[in-house]
Amino acid sequence: MQTINQTARKIPAWSLYFLGLVPVSFLVFQLFAGNLGVDPVKRLEHELGEIALQLLIAGLAITPLRTKLGINLIKFRRAIGLLAFAYVAMHLAVWLFLDMQLLLTQILKDIVKRWYITIGMLGFALMIPLAITSNNLSLRKLGGARWRNLHKLTYGAALAGGLHYVILVKGWQVEPMIYLGIIIVLLGLRLPQLRRLKLA
Amino acid sequence: SAKIATVASEYSSSEKPNSLKDISNYNNFYEFGTGKGDPAKYAGRLTVDPWSVKIDGMVDKPGTYDLADLTKGMTMEERIYRFRCVEAWAMVIPWVGFELSSLLQRVGVQSGAKYIAFETLERPDEMIGQQSRTIPWPYREGLRMDEAMNPLTILATGLYGDDLPKQNGAPLRLVVPWKYGFKSIKSIVRITATNKQPETSWNMINAREYGFYSNVNPTVDHPRWSQASERKIGGLIAKRQETLMFNGYEEEVAGLYKGMDLKKNY
Repeated sequence: MQTINQTARKIPAWSLYFLGLVPVSFLVFQLFAGNLGVDPVKRLEHELGEIALQLLIAGLAITPLRTKLGINLIKFRRAIGLLAFAYVAMHLAVWLFLDMQLLLTQILKDIVKRWYITIGMLGFALMIPLAITSNNLSLRKLGGARWRNLHKLTYGAALAGGLHYVILVKGWQVEPMIYLGIIIVLLGLRLPQLRRLKLA
Repeated sequence: SAKIATVASEYSSSEKPNSLKDISNYNNFYEFGTGKGDPAKYAGRLTVDPWSVKIDGMVDKPGTYDLADLTKGMTMEERIYRFRCVEAWAMVIPWVGFELSSLLQRVGVQSGAKYIAFETLERPDEMIGQQSRTIPWPYREGLRMDEAMNPLTILATGLYGDDLPKQNGAPLRLVVPWKYGFKSIKSIVRITATNKQPETSWNMINAREYGFYSNVNPTVDHPRWSQASERKIGGLIAKRQETLMFNGYEEEVAGLYKGMDLKKNY
C-alpha cells in the first residue's frame, strides 16, 4: 500500500489527461490504417463506449480503494471523471454522425422509443453537470457538501451506462453482465454509508 | 478462378457484392462465439468433410444422406442476393447454390407437410461457442412450406464461385433473402418436413423480439431498435440506406403473406 501511495504521490494528476487520450488516438490511427475490421464505425462506437464504462468504474473504485484497502488515488479522480465524460461524448458523437448519419427523425424516435438509447442518453445528461463542475472554482462556489451531493449523480450515470450495454446486445452476453455486475458491487459498497447519511 | 461451375440467375441483384473479406470476416455464428470476428477466428477447426444431412419427417425418402449425394445433379447457380441482418446492417452476397424446392421434390415431401424445419450441427469440441449456453443448442430454424418452395429460397454451398468459408455456414446453409439473416440457418445437418410450426431458436429465446416469420419489414420495428434503415457494410463508413419491404423482394414474395397482419406475424 505504502509503495503504491508513494508512487501515486509522485505522478502529477495532469499526466492522466495525456494517458487518457492514448486509446482514442490509437483507435483513430487504427481506423485510418483499416485495422478496425469490416465495420469500423460500429467498432469505434463500441470501443469508445467500453472505455467510457471502464473509466466510470475506475472513478467509482477510488473511494472503496481508499476506505477498504488504504490506497489513496483521490487526486486522479477528477481526471478520470472528465475523461469518462469525454469518452461518453465521443461515443455519442460517433453514433450521431457516423452511425446514424444525422438521420434526425429516426434519432429522435430512437431516443424516445428505445430503452437502451433512452437510458444511455440519461446517463450522458447526468454527466453534464458533473463535467461542468469538475473544477476548483465550482467546488469553492458550491461548497464541499453540496458539491459532493451533486457528484453522487455519478452513481446514476454509471448504472445507466452498465444497463445501456446489457440491454443493447442480442441475448444475454457475458461481457456486459460483468460490467454491470462490477458497477453494482461498487455502488453496493456505498450502501452502509448512504444509510448512515439518512440516519444523521 | 472459380472452383464451382455456376450458371447466372434472373434472381440475382445488379448491386455490387461486398468483398469476400467483408463477407467472411463479419459473421453472426454464435456456435463460434458472439463477436462478429469470432467465426472467422475459430471456425477453422470445424470438420466439414465428411458431412451428412438427415432428412426425416413427412417425406417419401427419409434417410441420412451424404452431402455429395444431396447435391449430385443439382444445377449450381450464382445468386447475388441482398442480405439484411436483424441488427440493421446489410450486405450484398454472391451465393452459389440450388433451390431448396429441388431437394424437397427429390425426397418427396408428403401432402400433409406444412413446414420445413432445419437444424445446425451440434459439436461443442469443434464449435467452441457451444461450450457456453448462449443459445439452447442445436440452432433451429424453419419455414412455411410455400416459403420453402419459393424459387428465391436456396441451399448454398458456395460463395464467390468457391466453397463456402466455414464461418459462413459450410458446407451447406439456407439462404432466404427476404427474411432477416438469422433465418438463413448455417451448417445444416437435419431437414424435417412436418405438419406443425417448428420451434426456431431466436423465437425460443425471445419471442417478443424475434417472430417465426421475421420478414424484413421497415414498418415493423424490433422492440429495441428501428428497422426503418440499415447500414450497408463496406468502406470506412457504412452508408445508411432505407430498408426495403421484404428486403427488396416484394414482387416475388408479397403474395405469400396476402391478408396476413405483418405487425402480428412479425
